[in-house]
Amino acid sequence: MTKRFPVLFCLLCALPAVASAAVKILATVPEWGALAREIGGERVDVTVATTAMQDPHRIEARPSLIARARTAEVIVATGADLEIGWLPLLVRESGNRRIQLGQPGYFEAASVVQLRDIPPTANRAMGDVHAAGDPHFHLDPRNILPVASALAERLAQVDPAGAAAYRDNLDRFTGRWRTAVMRWETEGASLKGTAFLQAHRSFGYLAYWLGLENRGELEPKPGIEPGSAHLSRIVASQQSVPAAMILRAAYQDETAARWVSERTGIAFVTLPFTVGGTPQATDLFGLFDDTLSRLKNAARQARP
Amino acid sequence: MLIRMLVAAMTCAFVFPALAEDQNARLAAELATLREQVAQMKTVYENRIAALEEKLATVGKPEPANDAALVPRTGPLPLPVSQAASRVSAKSNAPSFNPEISLVLQGAYTNRKEVEERHIGGFVGADNHHGEHGHGDDRRGFTLDETELVLAADIDPYWRGQTMLAVSDGEIEVEEAWFQTTALGRGARIKAGRFLSGIGYLNEQHPHQWDFYGQPLMYKALFGSHNYAQDGLQLKWVAPLDTFLELGAEVGRGQNFPGDDRNVSSANSHALFAHVGGDIGVSNSWRAGLSWLRTRAGKRESHFETDHGDAPGAFNGRSRVWIADFVYKWAPDGNPARNNFKFQAEYFHRAENGNLSVNNGGNLYGNLWRTRQSGYYLAGVYQFTPNWRTGLRYDRLSSGRQNLGDNPAGIEIVNYRPNRVSAMADYSWSEFSRLRLQLSRDRAVPGVTDNQVTLQYIMNLGSHGAHKF
Repeated sequence: MTKRFPVLFCLLCALPAVASAAVKILATVPEWGALAREIGGERVDVTVATTAMQDPHRIEARPSLIARARTAEVIVATGADLEIGWLPLLVRESGNRRIQLGQPGYFEAASVVQLRDIPPTANRAMGDVHAAGDPHFHLDPRNILPVASALAERLAQVDPAGAAAYRDNLDRFTGRWRTAVMRWETEGASLKGTAFLQAHRSFGYLAYWLGLENRGELEPKPGIEPGSAHLSRIVASQQSVPAAMILRAAYQDETAARWVSERTGIAFVTLPFTVGGTPQATDLFGLFDDTLSRLKNAARQARP
Repeated sequence: MLIRMLVAAMTCAFVFPALAEDQNARLAAELATLREQVAQMKTVYENRIAALEEKLATVGKPEPANDAALVPRTGPLPLPVSQAASRVSAKSNAPSFNPEISLVLQGAYTNRKEVEERHIGGFVGADNHHGEHGHGDDRRGFTLDETELVLAADIDPYWRGQTMLAVSDGEIEVEEAWFQTTALGRGARIKAGRFLSGIGYLNEQHPHQWDFYGQPLMYKALFGSHNYAQDGLQLKWVAPLDTFLELGAEVGRGQNFPGDDRNVSSANSHALFAHVGGDIGVSNSWRAGLSWLRTRAGKRESHFETDHGDAPGAFNGRSRVWIADFVYKWAPDGNPARNNFKFQAEYFHRAENGNLSVNNGGNLYGNLWRTRQSGYYLAGVYQFTPNWRTGLRYDRLSSGRQNLGDNPAGIEIVNYRPNRVSAMADYSWSEFSRLRLQLSRDRAVPGVTDNQVTLQYIMNLGSHGAHKF
């Protein structure tokens, strides 16, 4: 057996790389997977490392993900420290040069978006703060367009033969997206000024875009689980001027949101947060259609 | 865009009047879609105009502060502008500290029996090679365990380097100091320097990553109080397959137990390992591995009980270790944030062939030494709330066959099956701080049942790197 081991090793080394016509893309989160499908169309083969039910901060570099990263030609990540707990390790463990930091195959959406809520100091006493700013910027749909165009450019660089196709797909997507954003803004105009609480600091950009009023988080500090004393204080603070709703992303634990909701009568709303978070959020358009319709339903109920 | 489509549709209608019936039908359908889109846009714009009129009516009234957040209701859709703090920030996932510095504080309070020369029954002591400090495993009361200092960074576009120093009273031990290729590609990586060997599952993990206080008996019997480190070269290769398959090979100086420092020009330690892994559905993932390590010892010193009492002996020969490992993790929907479960198990078999020179009462004896020993551990850890985890571990070793030939040195052969059961519960305030209570019933020493209570802390400072699966 010990003699056969090196032979097996050499045989496997000699296996040719699995050839495939489509450009293999590994997206870290569902929103970029969906965008890569819009821009790449039939020229790309997209896999997504996480689902909408998984906390993107808390993923492990599992063997299956290392295998995906090994064969990927492009990694599409959020950046801004969102995936810092697992992506650098995944990229290193894959031994795949094409997707290393600084290579054309390593794409971070945050590189073309102006981030908000940059903390003045990044001290862990403040909790798990993102020093680079809030990374959940995909929930402002206007941020999708610069990412889409940068991604199209990057795909064209990796796969020059498809440059025209990526540009066409980008044009078509941009047109549809602009129309959709105008529609969402019209539909969402009535939500302006709606006060909300949120489980984690997930909806900052959504609030900024729609003009919602953030009344704070259920977490005492980012990434720190709320205790009952902290939640009781939140319940007390909602007595005089209650918020209209409590927002929670599909992947977040609903215990705290439900607890506060039951004691204050404030409705808690589960938003898809990303593609696949609800049955209706099947793509990026569905994500915002469903987010708006859930927000409007909740706002109607809050305003009897 | 819309106009272009309309023009195209019209051109089609005029230029090809004699189109087949079905094509006409398709054009009609397209026209209908276009009309619908135009109608939709009309509604959108009417709404916008209404909103604008409303806004005009309220001109002069104070606006809420975050009104700037809303898009102007006329004109083209603007891209987000930098209303936010306009300072440029490092937005990458790449760690911003350079190098990434991390310090781990570890210490414990332990209540256990006082046992003279604590050793694992039926196994030769591996601890001689690491001195007395260990990870506080044998010490009682309040202890400060090794403080881990890790520095890591990308060196340039081609290399990454890392060092891990274990600091304890009066000494700094270089646990790891290696550099590794990042640009080799094709799934291959070469690591050189001192590194924790890729054999087994737990071997590459530092003490702060362990789910229990103290390493499994199996690792203690195999390598002593430290995991097996190589001074040498490692080649790792990940296969371009949908299923995870990783192969690795190592050559090294092999100065650590079960080998010793022979100071030869050839490699004294060889290792091969293979890992496979994958997911089952979205909630389950696993990894299994098989590893092989061969080391040589020239004069590996340990103490033996003989018919004349304690006697020093030196082993000359070969040690071959096989390790099979398995890890399984579960998390609902694959989201470990709230609940998750981890099961891990490892089994080893070690064969040693050689001879022993024993100094018994001033006389030097040459003794045959052929042993076949094995052992395993099973461990499960369940996280039942975001802060709390609890776990159970079972250790068992077998002293196996020990063939000492005619045994002229009169070495006492101990046939024993050491075992230990540990139960732990730990609380984490965040992913950077943890307090652990562990209860163990330790029967590693023949004739001693040692009930141990340990309270341990693990605190992470600085840029803490991601842990492997």
